[in-house]
Amino acid sequence: MQRLLRKARALWASEFAHNFRGNISAIVGGVIILFFVFIVAFGPSLVKQNPYEIASLQLTDAYKPPVWLSGGDPNYFLGTDGQGRDVLASIVYGTRISLFIGLSAMICSSLIGASLGLIAGYYGGRLDGVIMRIADVQLSFPSILIALFLMSAFGKGIDNILISLTCVGWVIYARTVRGSTLSEKQKEYVQAAKAAGLSNRLIIVRHILPNVVTPLIVVSTIQIGTFILIEASLSFLGVGVPITKPSLGLLVKNGFDVLLSGLWWTSVFPGAFIMLLVFGINLLGDFLRDELNPRLK
Amino acid sequence: MTDTLLHIRGLKTYFHTFAGVIKAVDGVDFSVDEGEILGVVGESGCGKSVVGFSIMGLTEPPGRIESGEIRFNGVNLLDQDERKMRKIRGQEIAMIFQDPMTSLNPLYTIQDQMEEVMKLHSDMSAEQRKKRCMELLAEVGISQPETRLKNYPHQFSGGMRQRVIIAIALASNPKLVIADEPTTALDVTIQSQILKLMKRLVREHRTAMILITHDLAVVSEMTDKIIVMYCGRIVEKGTRDDIISRCRHPYTLGLLGSIPKLTSRQKRLLQISGMVPNIMNLPPGCSFAPRCDYVRDRCRDMPPELVDLEPGHKAACYYPVER
Repeated sequence: MQRLLRKARALWASEFAHNFRGNISAIVGGVIILFFVFIVAFGPSLVKQNPYEIASLQLTDAYKPPVWLSGGDPNYFLGTDGQGRDVLASIVYGTRISLFIGLSAMICSSLIGASLGLIAGYYGGRLDGVIMRIADVQLSFPSILIALFLMSAFGKGIDNILISLTCVGWVIYARTVRGSTLSEKQKEYVQAAKAAGLSNRLIIVRHILPNVVTPLIVVSTIQIGTFILIEASLSFLGVGVPITKPSLGLLVKNGFDVLLSGLWWTSVFPGAFIMLLVFGINLLGDFLRDELNPRLK
Repeated sequence: MTDTLLHIRGLKTYFHTFAGVIKAVDGVDFSVDEGEILGVVGESGCGKSVVGFSIMGLTEPPGRIESGEIRFNGVNLLDQDERKMRKIRGQEIAMIFQDPMTSLNPLYTIQDQMEEVMKLHSDMSAEQRKKRCMELLAEVGISQPETRLKNYPHQFSGGMRQRVIIAIALASNPKLVIADEPTTALDVTIQSQILKLMKRLVREHRTAMILITHDLAVVSEMTDKIIVMYCGRIVEKGTRDDIISRCRHPYTLGLLGSIPKLTSRQKRLLQISGMVPNIMNLPPGCSFAPRCDYVRDRCRDMPPELVDLEPGHKAACYYPVER
């Protein structure tokens, strides 16, 4: 406990924490992210309804407006959708799915992309050419198009979304890591490691990887937001998550049909949550980028 | 009589670039005895560093060893596969690089980096390794080795880092150390300290050393034998005294003449006129002919071979300077 306290105090006093305290957008981003962490952790126990339990839904409560409008029901703070589902509860559960997809896709694509980038950058030659040309071809299409194509081939499902997002997302990791690897491998400590008899694999894992982790972290934070947006778009277009596991994007789509009939709340609130979530991630990502980039110091 | 440790014969390392073949090392022969210090001198681009990398088997494409023989302890290193070479690197032959600022990984402590070689090439226990690290640091003159081991490279000055790098090179008691411009990046006062330290250590450990440098003053203090290289070839070789006080090749003479002397009054320093020829387009005769003060017709037609002037003292010149 004492050690933990001392560590916390050291973190508070560190340059990183000091800069964080002085950066308003970083604080805003941090608060937003904390808010979402809170929702993901405790949200389901705070809302009264489980939107997945069809039996608990009251069809008579369909399309109730938010509580502050006339006809609002205090049981449904943000109103209900066509099946009498509480919008707030749907958002809480949908946020978990969206964040889960964003984080998992980030992890999968960073693992694959970083490995390919390390290999391409370190070994160079033909291997580098093949990997980077594939990346170039892929970057010449909008990523949503590729994801859309893959999803219509694979079919709906969270696992298929992860595969599609990884196929789309590895490119930016591979490029970033390759670039840093190229500059790291010029440095003499890599030569020295070779001269000390280390194998190429050891040099990559022990010496180059730790030195390219910083750009990897920066790209990863921004990518979570991007993945969440792509997933939302896919779901909105009807090829994303299955209807039984609605993410925020699917919630927007479900309400979209009745958006112009004045029943705006089923669509607008999930949309606002997507925006808020990605906004928070990007604010924090920008701060990390400035903070971890030695050239901007 | 000491044994020959390293024997290089007819080494040719070429770089196949788009613009043409660069003959960075073009037929070099020399040998290093056990415990001997050999200096390799020449201006930048003469191929002296490539010799070092060729011995280590670290020439990278487009560079390739075309032919020759590098016998180390009786085995030809050019016949060894990559796995056997990895065993030799670091354990039998260690290398010290020019820039102490970048030749340590900034993310690991000094201890991590020193132990890396030991982990790779020996099966010492953690305590033995730590003890050895402290011994080595003490040997290279770093005080408080116990606390210093936990420091990171940025907490050391350039000279201190080079000491650490020397300690790493000596960690597995190699038979040969190749030092590629080890003091070029250091300031002058530190240079002589580091050189003295290196000389003392290799003598104590009976380690042979190849000291690659452009600085004749450095080799004259340190070495037993000296090789002078120009455009990928050896132009003169011999004992230290042969080269420093009795050199015969006009190029060596020019190099020596361009060192300022404290003791004699000189108005102007001697200089070697002209420029190093384009290595892709060398003159047909002696590479040094266009800049040589003693050049005659024959020099421009056929490159001269290395010939004995005295026992052990060779020069590649048709008309060695009489002094």
